[in-house]
Amino acid sequence: MGLVACRNCGQVHQKGVTRCKRCESVLQSRDHQSLQKVWAWLIAGIIAYIPANTYPMLLTSTLLERSESTIMGGVVDLVNYGAIGIALVVFIASVAIPVGKFLAIMYLAISVQRGSQRHQHGRHKAYDIVEFIGRWSMIDVFVVAILSALVQLDTLATINPGIAAVSFALSVIFTMLAAQSFDARLIWDVDRKTDD
Amino acid sequence: MNDALPSLDDLVACPQCDTLHVAQDLPEGMRACCQRCGHVLMSSQKTAVARIISLALTAFVLMIAAITFPFLSLNAGGVQNATSVIDAVLAFSDGLAFPLAIAVAFFIVVLPLTRLTALIYALGPLVRERKPYRGARIAFGLAERLRPWSMAEIFIVGVTVALIKVAGMAAVTIGPAFWAFAGVVVITILKDQLICRYSIWEALDQAKA
Repeated sequence: MGLVACRNCGQVHQKGVTRCKRCESVLQSRDHQSLQKVWAWLIAGIIAYIPANTYPMLLTSTLLERSESTIMGGVVDLVNYGAIGIALVVFIASVAIPVGKFLAIMYLAISVQRGSQRHQHGRHKAYDIVEFIGRWSMIDVFVVAILSALVQLDTLATINPGIAAVSFALSVIFTMLAAQSFDARLIWDVDRKTDD
Repeated sequence: MNDALPSLDDLVACPQCDTLHVAQDLPEGMRACCQRCGHVLMSSQKTAVARIISLALTAFVLMIAAITFPFLSLNAGGVQNATSVIDAVLAFSDGLAFPLAIAVAFFIVVLPLTRLTALIYALGPLVRERKPYRGARIAFGLAERLRPWSMAEIFIVGVTVALIKVAGMAAVTIGPAFWAFAGVVVITILKDQLICRYSIWEALDQAKA
């Protein structure tokens, strides 16, 4: 009916207004480039996730040996220590959540492109979950930061971050940006054809 | 159709799905959710602003303590190494990983502090029933937009995982900064739950007049 809402503060304006009178954000009825941005960030995230898994996350050296461990290697180590619960936390944060997020964002983008009318509530819920949970993948980066700062015992034992920590962090940041670029209002637009 | 429409200032559009609602005064302690997607549109708490400010100030002081006091120290075979939060950030400062050191610094220290400062700046005058400072709206908008990027709570979970990893190999002493940081996390969560965007924008609107 010719109104446009500010997504930052909720203020409703007449159509055609470009800046919110309350919080000065830019007003956009729909972000037409939303899907393009989503795909760009998502693809960048997936590409960064590959070296994150193949290169070492941690470089450990002790008196006797030097070893490198990848994300999955770290999980397996934890299982061997008997810390199943913690292994599960790391596995969920570093593998299950990122991969689940890639799939969920792809599904959301494709279903909006096809103008799907099915499961709108379910898809909106999925979007909420993706947005809420994505940042928790950062856990592993922080684990690496603390371990490398803490375990610096001269020749006895040292832990240093591997290059995978950087690509993993990038992957998380890119997918967070992908989720934020997704305009959830597009899910609902098939209900009523908006005229722009 | 347009005749029946209330004034634009009395409408609320759901930021998630764009469904238009008519705003009403809420009874104390109630929440109003979007009819279509369930997103919380407003929640009424009379003393919210005062409580938000007091929690934000507490978190700010604790954060300063968390940065300055010793965080953790490790002891094995007579060799000791003490770590502060800043050392954790600097763990990535060598070579190629340097940008990550900056990113981590932002996630765990700079952005949480920015959010707290912006909130105190935007809402402080409201508590004393004064006119908001210039740029209060921009500051509040910024504090809300930075929310997903402020990762103090994720950092503390990461620290816990790291502690369990090293616990078997060496003796770890937990310093005061660890508890201060944990305090920041709990208080930030309590504070963010109190923030109802709609009521705060309304309060800023009314205070302007």
